[in-house]
Amino acid sequence: MKSSYVSFTLNGEEKELLIEPGRRLVDVLREQCGATGTKNGCGQGSCGACTVHIDGVAMLSCLLPAELVDGSEIVTIEGVVRNRVLHVLQEAFLAQAATQCGFCTAGMIMAAKALLDCDPSPSRQAVIEALSGNVCRCTGYEPIIAAVLAAAATLAKRPAAAAAA
Amino acid sequence: MAKLRGRGIAAVNYPTGMNLGGDPSQALIHATTTGNFVVTLSSVDLGQGLRTIMTQITAEVLGIAPEAVMIDTADTDTGPHCMGTFASRTTHRVGNAIIMAATEARKVLLDVAGEELEVAPEDLETDGTGRIVVKGVPGKSISVQDAALAAHFKHGRTISGRGIYLKPRSYPDFETGAMDPDSCQAHACTIAEVEVDTETGDVRVLKLISAYEIGRAINPMMVEQQIVGGSWMGMSHALYETTEPYYPNRAHGPVDFLGYLMPGPADIPEYDAVILERPSTNGPFGAKGIGEMTANSPIPAIANAIFDACGARIDDLPITPEKVLRALDAAALAAQP
Ligand code: FES
Ligand code: FES
Repeated sequence: MKSSYVSFTLNGEEKELLIEPGRRLVDVLREQCGATGTKNGCGQGSCGACTVHIDGVAMLSCLLPAELVDGSEIVTIEGVVRNRVLHVLQEAFLAQAATQCGFCTAGMIMAAKALLDCDPSPSRQAVIEALSGNVCRCTGYEPIIAAVLAAAATLAKRPAAAAAA
Repeated sequence: MAKLRGRGIAAVNYPTGMNLGGDPSQALIHATTTGNFVVTLSSVDLGQGLRTIMTQITAEVLGIAPEAVMIDTADTDTGPHCMGTFASRTTHRVGNAIIMAATEARKVLLDVAGEELEVAPEDLETDGTGRIVVKGVPGKSISVQDAALAAHFKHGRTISGRGIYLKPRSYPDFETGAMDPDSCQAHACTIAEVEVDTETGDVRVLKLISAYEIGRAINPMMVEQQIVGGSWMGMSHALYETTEPYYPNRAHGPVDFLGYLMPGPADIPEYDAVILERPSTNGPFGAKGIGEMTANSPIPAIANAIFDACGARIDDLPITPEKVLRALDAAALAAQP
């Protein structure tokens, strides 16, 4: 099999890359695009550290052959920061001390953002379910759940236009 | 068949540091021409927050802003000596080494600033935000950066400091067995509340409530982080984690994260913790170590709570549903006349 050209947008920027057959999206992001915020934890779909958004849906980039994202819109943790301003979720993670070693954090934020994008005021149970594919070895999860709920509360107080950001 | 609730308690006294062949750690500090201070260590930050704690201690002793401190860690080929990042020793050992190094560096900093301002260094104080001020004369001051530049370009001096903290090796007294193996001990107590399903053997931890006496909480938020994360890890050791879950055949054991069990966000209990501060006599600002101990007391507390709930006394970890059911069967058998 031959390498092929794959195009997608990464955090709003057009990309066209020559990609070896079967190369995982996580490797393309980290090694060909320099977007190392996305982590490769287990490489087998069991830790969530590699979570990114493909057309608005949270997916595991370690399980995706990069050919499959041709024509997609990809958002990684680097795209969550806008104009050097942290996202409400990132602020909430800091305020709730929801990160220690930080290895799970990008994946946690992408999983949580996918939830808040479609359910801006989730129940605690909904947050737990949204994070259930993400492993954290450090925090005991409670600070992360608290951060997502706090971010939702902050978004609820904002005007609708800002919440869409 | 029922769901039975129980409570268990456990306490831990945890030594800070180890009695090896002596337990030293070093810190080296130097100012760059930007007025930032680099702290070179061979300890590592693996998520416990060493960089933050060491930044706080450095900034406090030098009298500068935390933003002006850069912590450079963990090249054991080229860095100063550190016995290692273990035994909850880093805050204590390396913190003390930094106090020594920063005290020396501060003296040079004030010497140079004194020459620049033409006053005695004893008449100077730092404002904690990057300026060195003549005491009682707020208008007369120099920035730390200008002092650092002057040190290099006018005085030919290096603003630096060396620190080492050594806990000497302690040998036992042959008559009494008495010895001094650690610098200080932190103390904690955990109460666990569990629910045991006697049909499935499944154990749910409902609450983990702890009290910790840790000397001085240099960063209270991070102390709480350690306690919550450690409570989870203790629960994980108590009920889930093992590479040998299915006896007798090793071939069924986990080989990756899919098979290695840990509690997820849906399995966590309510956590709560009280922090008591009784400063130690020898820790930096009275601190003791808290890292490792946080995963300890939850384990026996959970085992005791299971016993309280259903009478199954299990002393082999992790306490899997299979072990609970076998223990319940054994207890029922023993109870028969
Ligand atoms: S790296 Fe993709 S799920 Fe672990
Ligand atoms: S913060 Fe270390 S794995 Fe989550």
